[in-house]
Amino acid sequence: MTQYIVLSAILFTIGCVGVLTRRNAIVVFMCVELMLNASNLALVTFARQHGNLDGQVAAFFVRVVAAAEVVIGLAIIMTIFRTRRSASVDDASLLKY
Amino acid sequence: MTNIFLEGATHGAGEIPVVAPVAADGVFSLLWLVIGLPLLGALVLLAIAPMASKAFDRFGHYLGTATVAGSFLLSLVLFVRLLGSDAGERQVRQHLFTWFESGSIRADMDLLLDPLSVLFLLLITGVGSLIHVYSIGYMEHDPRRRRFFGYLNLFVASMLMVVLAANFVGVFLGWEGVGLASYLLIGFWQHRPSAAAAQKKAFITNRVGDIGLSLGIAAMFATFGTTDFAKVSELSGQASEGMINTIGLLLLLAAAAKSAQVPLQGWLLDAMEGPTPVSALIHAATMVTAGVYLVVRSNFIFEHAQWAQTAVVVVAVVTLLAGAIIGCAKDDIKRVLAGSTMSQIGYMMLAAGLGPVGYPFAIFHLLTHGFFKANMFLGAGSVMHGMNDDVDMRHYGALTKAMPVTFVTFAMGYLAIIGFPGFSGFWSKDKIIESALAENVWVGLLALLGAGITGYYMTRLMIMTFTSPARWDDDVDPHESPKVMTVPLIVLAALSVLGGVLLIGNWIVDFLTPVTGVAEHHEPPLPAIVITLIVTAVVAVGVLVAFFLVHKREIPREAPQDVSFLTRAARKDLYGDAINDAVFTRPGLAMAGGLTTVDRHVVDGLVEGGSSATGGLSEVLRKLQNGFVRSYALSLLAGALVVVLALLAVNLG
Amino acid sequence: MTFWILAPLMVAAALGLLFVRKAVHAAMLLAVVMISLAVLYALLEAPFLFAVQIIVYTGAILMLFLFVLMLVGVDASDSVVETIRGQRLMATVVGLLFGAVLVIGIGQVGLGTAVGLEEANAGGNVDRLADILFSRYVFAFEATSALLITAALGAMVLAHRERVSAKPTQASLAAQRLRDYAEHGKPLGPLPAPGVYARHNAVDTPALLPDGTIAESSVSRVLAARGTVRSAPALADDIHEVRRQLGDDVSMPATAGKDGAAANTTEDVTTPDGSHTDGEDSK
Repeated sequence: MTQYIVLSAILFTIGCVGVLTRRNAIVVFMCVELMLNASNLALVTFARQHGNLDGQVAAFFVRVVAAAEVVIGLAIIMTIFRTRRSASVDDASLLKY
Repeated sequence: MTNIFLEGATHGAGEIPVVAPVAADGVFSLLWLVIGLPLLGALVLLAIAPMASKAFDRFGHYLGTATVAGSFLLSLVLFVRLLGSDAGERQVRQHLFTWFESGSIRADMDLLLDPLSVLFLLLITGVGSLIHVYSIGYMEHDPRRRRFFGYLNLFVASMLMVVLAANFVGVFLGWEGVGLASYLLIGFWQHRPSAAAAQKKAFITNRVGDIGLSLGIAAMFATFGTTDFAKVSELSGQASEGMINTIGLLLLLAAAAKSAQVPLQGWLLDAMEGPTPVSALIHAATMVTAGVYLVVRSNFIFEHAQWAQTAVVVVAVVTLLAGAIIGCAKDDIKRVLAGSTMSQIGYMMLAAGLGPVGYPFAIFHLLTHGFFKANMFLGAGSVMHGMNDDVDMRHYGALTKAMPVTFVTFAMGYLAIIGFPGFSGFWSKDKIIESALAENVWVGLLALLGAGITGYYMTRLMIMTFTSPARWDDDVDPHESPKVMTVPLIVLAALSVLGGVLLIGNWIVDFLTPVTGVAEHHEPPLPAIVITLIVTAVVAVGVLVAFFLVHKREIPREAPQDVSFLTRAARKDLYGDAINDAVFTRPGLAMAGGLTTVDRHVVDGLVEGGSSATGGLSEVLRKLQNGFVRSYALSLLAGALVVVLALLAVNLG
Repeated sequence: MTFWILAPLMVAAALGLLFVRKAVHAAMLLAVVMISLAVLYALLEAPFLFAVQIIVYTGAILMLFLFVLMLVGVDASDSVVETIRGQRLMATVVGLLFGAVLVIGIGQVGLGTAVGLEEANAGGNVDRLADILFSRYVFAFEATSALLITAALGAMVLAHRERVSAKPTQASLAAQRLRDYAEHGKPLGPLPAPGVYARHNAVDTPALLPDGTIAESSVSRVLAARGTVRSAPALADDIHEVRRQLGDDVSMPATAGKDGAAANTTEDVTTPDGSHTDGEDSK
């Protein structure tokens, strides 16, 4: 089962790096989704490893929260795009020194 | 508890009486009114009267006089009542309320009436009443007369608090009140820069003494746990010698400031800037005697504190001579009287420093001095009143005819102060010199010398003011003062003459013995009558010297400048101000300047440097806040990395 | 076996997510990862999650992504230039370190033999999950329902735009159109239609003005951004060829007349500044 966990870790790390390097807000969001799914994979793997379904329930909850997050996040991106004509996260940098 | 005095008498000399008062009842329960009346007067005149100033301006001075006169009548009743009690029961305590209580420290607002305080009551309210009456005339044309009377009432109330308080905290309350009132009164004409400076000087000098008193009180709290006279007098024998001497010296510091003793004498001469009744009331009759009162009242401390007592004698002798020398050189009539006040209080302190043998005579001299010095100050005021407020004696002369009443009353005071046989000062001063000679020959001789100098400068004052040829300014028309001013003069002159009756049958000594203790009798080196003759002879020499030096020569209108070193020094108050300036003011200013510099550059530098360093650091650090979400996310990931590394390290470790 | 096929595929797709420039491609790559994950879930005895993964993620969430992408603009793509200095390097370094540490850490843990879910799934995976969800996790479940309602409301609030001016009426729109014409010379009528040539009537063919230049406003902005617009001169290249095929004697008598007619409108047609875009039109 270790290979599943390692895969999960790799996917998570890739998601992290994606969040750090990509500038298009929508792609950044996709990377966040990737991270969430990577953690889900780990949870499901643990569920099988330990022989109970709590891991799957946790994955289910993660998914619900991710859905809510996507809805709100995309709405925010839309709003920002509407006012600033840009979907780049770097352009939304007014809140600084 | 009652017969401490008798015990002392039976068990032999040297016993220090314990203050053991009985509770107040009957007429004694009105004791608080003695303070209350003038306090009420002050409140009304200072706080309430401004709301109806027109009405109060018309009769405010009568109100002020009436409250003090009422206090005097009450004091008289209390005195008579006290005389009627048994000698052992002449200590009465009235508990008013608990002033404050904090842990084991407790101060009650208690009043104590005993032979010592009752004499002060009579002096303060009696002389105070006369001065109030006199002030009605003297301040007639002053637009702020009501306020003046308010201040006078406040002063009388504070002074009464000093002498009636049954513990040192109460004394301190009155002590501060007296300082405040004297500050307000010296600077009553504060539009004069000299008066404003003088009031500050008096206040600050007194503050030095106040520190002594407050530290003394604190030391008493630390040592005895209380400042109540009764308890402290009971416990004072058990305190360590160092502690009791410390307390004694602190009390001496307080007394020196209030009584203008060297080295805190400087304020008294300048305090003559105040209105003359103030000089009479505060700086002759009452306030300056507070120090003497404190020393006599604290006899239970000084009797155990040999060092402090010696210091009292030394201070007293130095002051006695310094005051007399200053008095010789001054041309300002009030300053001559101020110098003589210093000198006379030196006598009282000397007596008080001699121990039980001297206490009654200190008080006796204090009373007679209160009479004749108030008399002379008011007389000087009367002279100034007739001379357009000129105080320079070189502009006087030949006033005998112009102001006969003033002259005669002044002459009574003069004869009393130099100790002309039969007058009050003769009895009191003679007794002090005699006691001093018995205790220590050198001290006695110096006191004798002081008496001679007193004869000289007082005669000089009389000659320059009254008997020499006229040297008036052109626009001056000397005239006698109104009745309201002369009547108090006459009364005080009578008292100056007759003050000696207190000594008949050794009455005052016996009366005060329950407070001051029985004296160990030392035989003077010469028979008493011989000493008296010698004192009289020395005074006569002083008078004659003045007669030949002043009367036989022409008195210039301007003070001659080519004079001896001693005269120059005396004109400058024996360089008291210069010494203060060099020893305290300049180093103080330098230290303040240094501290300011340190504060500005080191402390402020630290604070401001710290703030600007923080500011600079934040200026740098805030660049981290670059607004890029991805940068923040990077730090987040780095943090997560650290956490994972830590977990790993722990697990692998 | 399936895992070993899928895992490299997923990693490759995920890495592609980091490097593709167009967001739509990223979405497609993400879909690959999602579907592969669904298969892995099936392998891991989680049939319910398998179904939900496909339905919710690939079906709903990814569609939402694409929808927003279309709204924002398909042509929106990252520039290669990194704006924050050192960000890419640091991200790579820290990311690699993090991944390495994670993998090493996981490698330290011996998982042992898996228990398997046969027992837990007895009676059906969905039934068992429902049992747990509505008993032990019922509060959390209710909380997520509240969360979802809040999210829905939030999305509506965020997407809603307050109208700050009065809705333009037909009359005011007409007046505005005329005013634009008077002040900026915007054409009164519709934009020129693309592809007026006999051989090319496609939308990617710009219309030619009478003087032979391109009417840029005749082509969609999106096509221009994609660079798929045919160039008019290139179109003109084979005219001679066509002529030759048709014969040299082909004359264009109508042209002269057309010329005259066109001459009147030349100014009107050549002046547009092309700022009259689709986006504004759609508003």
